Amino acid sequence: MSDLFHVSSSPHVRSKDTSGRIMLYVVLALLPTTCFGIYNFGYRAAILILVTIASCVASEWVFEKIVHKKSTINDFSAVVTGLLLSLNLPATLPWWEAALGGVFAIVIVKMLFGGLGQNFMNPALGARCFLLIAFAADMTKFAIDDYTGATPLAAMRNGEAVNAMDMLIGRTAGTIGETSAIAILFGAIVLILLGVIDLRIPGTYIVTFVLFLLLFSGHGLDANYITAQLCGGGLMLGAFFMATDYVTSPITPNGKLLFGVCLGILTGLFRMYGANAEGVSFAIILSNLLVPMIEKITVPRAFGLVKEGKKHE
Amino acid sequence: MGSMTFKGGVHPYDGKDLSKDKPIRELLPKGELIYPVSQHIGAPASPIVAVGDTVLRGQKIAEAGGFVSAPIYASVSGTVKAIEPRRVTVGDMVTSIVIENDGEMKEAEFQKTEDVSSLSREEIIGKIKEAGIVGMGGAGFPTHVKLSPKEPDKIEYIIANCAECEPYLTSDYRRMIEQPEKLVAGMKIVLQLFPHAKGIFGVEDNKPDCIEKLNELTAGESRMEVAALKTKYPQGGERQLIYAVTKRSIHSKMLPADAGCIVDNVETLVAVYNAVALGQPLMNRIFTVTGNAIADPQNFYICIGTNYQELLDAAGGFKTECKKMIAGGPMMGFAMFDINVPTTKTTSSLLCFTEDEVAEYESTACINCGRCVEACPELLVPSRLADYGERGLSGIFEKWHGLECVECGSCSYICPAKRPLAQSIKTMKKQVLAAKRKK
Repeated sequence: MSDLFHVSSSPHVRSKDTSGRIMLYVVLALLPTTCFGIYNFGYRAAILILVTIASCVASEWVFEKIVHKKSTINDFSAVVTGLLLSLNLPATLPWWEAALGGVFAIVIVKMLFGGLGQNFMNPALGARCFLLIAFAADMTKFAIDDYTGATPLAAMRNGEAVNAMDMLIGRTAGTIGETSAIAILFGAIVLILLGVIDLRIPGTYIVTFVLFLLLFSGHGLDANYITAQLCGGGLMLGAFFMATDYVTSPITPNGKLLFGVCLGILTGLFRMYGANAEGVSFAIILSNLLVPMIEKITVPRAFGLVKEGKKHE
Repeated sequence: MGSMTFKGGVHPYDGKDLSKDKPIRELLPKGELIYPVSQHIGAPASPIVAVGDTVLRGQKIAEAGGFVSAPIYASVSGTVKAIEPRRVTVGDMVTSIVIENDGEMKEAEFQKTEDVSSLSREEIIGKIKEAGIVGMGGAGFPTHVKLSPKEPDKIEYIIANCAECEPYLTSDYRRMIEQPEKLVAGMKIVLQLFPHAKGIFGVEDNKPDCIEKLNELTAGESRMEVAALKTKYPQGGERQLIYAVTKRSIHSKMLPADAGCIVDNVETLVAVYNAVALGQPLMNRIFTVTGNAIADPQNFYICIGTNYQELLDAAGGFKTECKKMIAGGPMMGFAMFDINVPTTKTTSSLLCFTEDEVAEYESTACINCGRCVEACPELLVPSRLADYGERGLSGIFEKWHGLECVECGSCSYICPAKRPLAQSIKTMKKQVLAAKRKK
């Protein structure tokens, strides 16, 4: 038989998109946020970003070396994890704590569960929560340069007035990447245009959260309050870049909507009634745990199949 | 009005420019012609000639093996050289009648019908059955069976599948450009069978010239319409086409007739015209030879049974080294390991590529991105189905509607991790169906 020709199952053509390219798109979309973070918080932010990315990539490489697996660092997913983690850290965090966070994200949350695609929890957020528990004081210290220390959400909780315009632009205290809603939205639009994410998860998340605020915040229809809640804390970054993480969100179309609703309710609950002013990270990792259940009840009905009991027209 | 379509689908590079402007060229075969007895879905045909017999072009050489079957005709004159197993495009060995071509093309006599409208339903179906017509788009389902639904009065749409959504293929396009009147005449005959039906030509909107031609030709026909379809793969899939044109949807356990539709391919309708009006059995078809490894891409009018090698030579052979040969389109065709095989009623093209895109990429871990879900025209979750397939979980595979897969390959095409999704799903589907038959 001739070995001139390759035989394989159809289809015989493939699209040009690869997992690596998608990850690069995400990095690209995070650039405005990253640049603003560095501009806002100075060189310490830049160092922290580099340290976490290096720590993530190195952990993945070393882990795969130790367990004799093929290196997967060229799919750029560790870069995305590192970047997202650093954007969720205060700029004053000691660098070795950030590096430890990177190791935790990659080794504990991702690689031990089977690597890319197998982790049930967002690695960056898992690491952030680990750092919040391990180094609570350092992780909640936001005083730097012009900023007095309280994040807008914390200030609001204490009954102080906040400037919603500053929050939109990002001239406030907070983690490196969460402060500027405009920079995040710009990146989100890029991701949507590139077809990397759609509005199912962030859309339902934000809408549910706003509804929750209207009903339970006691502020009613207060535009300034709602804007501040939306731009404050990790909500924007979480909704567009963390909740939409492919691996840890449902794959079914209706599941994505349900996931967004869960996120909105949990964030509302945590922010209104929790001990902390912030709640996005916990809402996302808790919802990550619900994903298998969500998928199970949202198996899509195949084309042409009708609901049982309903007659086909 | 926007073009009609379905949900999902993909946009692969279409490559039709290579051959779309090449007029149909008649190709007279030189060497032997091979006729596998199984060129259709259903019982194989049984040979009615013996080795040494002389046959005429248009002479029946194998009789239908049952109701769901079709006879086979010689497409050249010559002598029967052998009746033996020969390799076919998909790689199997199939009993075939081999005819040594005498090159004279002596024809049997064909009985023309001057006034087709005087024929009864039974006469028309009889002629189609006798001519050995099967679905020539690829499936090969005997056309006379398709045209004999339980309740003919309930058929409301006859849809001519003029989508040609597979990249690179241009045979239907050339037929519509050069001989649209035959297509329309074929449609008219089929409409005669179904008094309550409307004839609709579903054409993808990347072929505006075809739409225009068909519109001109059907201007005076009150029962015919041309529908512009969005250019998207798999627009020509039967379920997707029916949905685009009628907004009716069918699933794997339904026939198009259950939704009041019958779908026929361009070549099939032309064959119906040839059979009913001209009395000619199915002997020829249009065939595209193309791809970036081909020196001179062409659309040929071929005698069914012609060897692929002859077609390749007629198109100038390879201009560069060919890595991959495909019988059919790049999305659903078969990769070939041997070019010394015959064309059949259902083969529409030979594609030759200098690169094997499948081998070029390494398959990596699923990142759960959901692109396959967005692309699936059957609204399934291919990544999960492939996973269940690979792990042999038939129960949950069925629960996630795996058996509804139409095997269009959109999921494998779009997957950024380059996972062979369609392959895993197809394999599992076969196993589940085989297990069901055993019960």
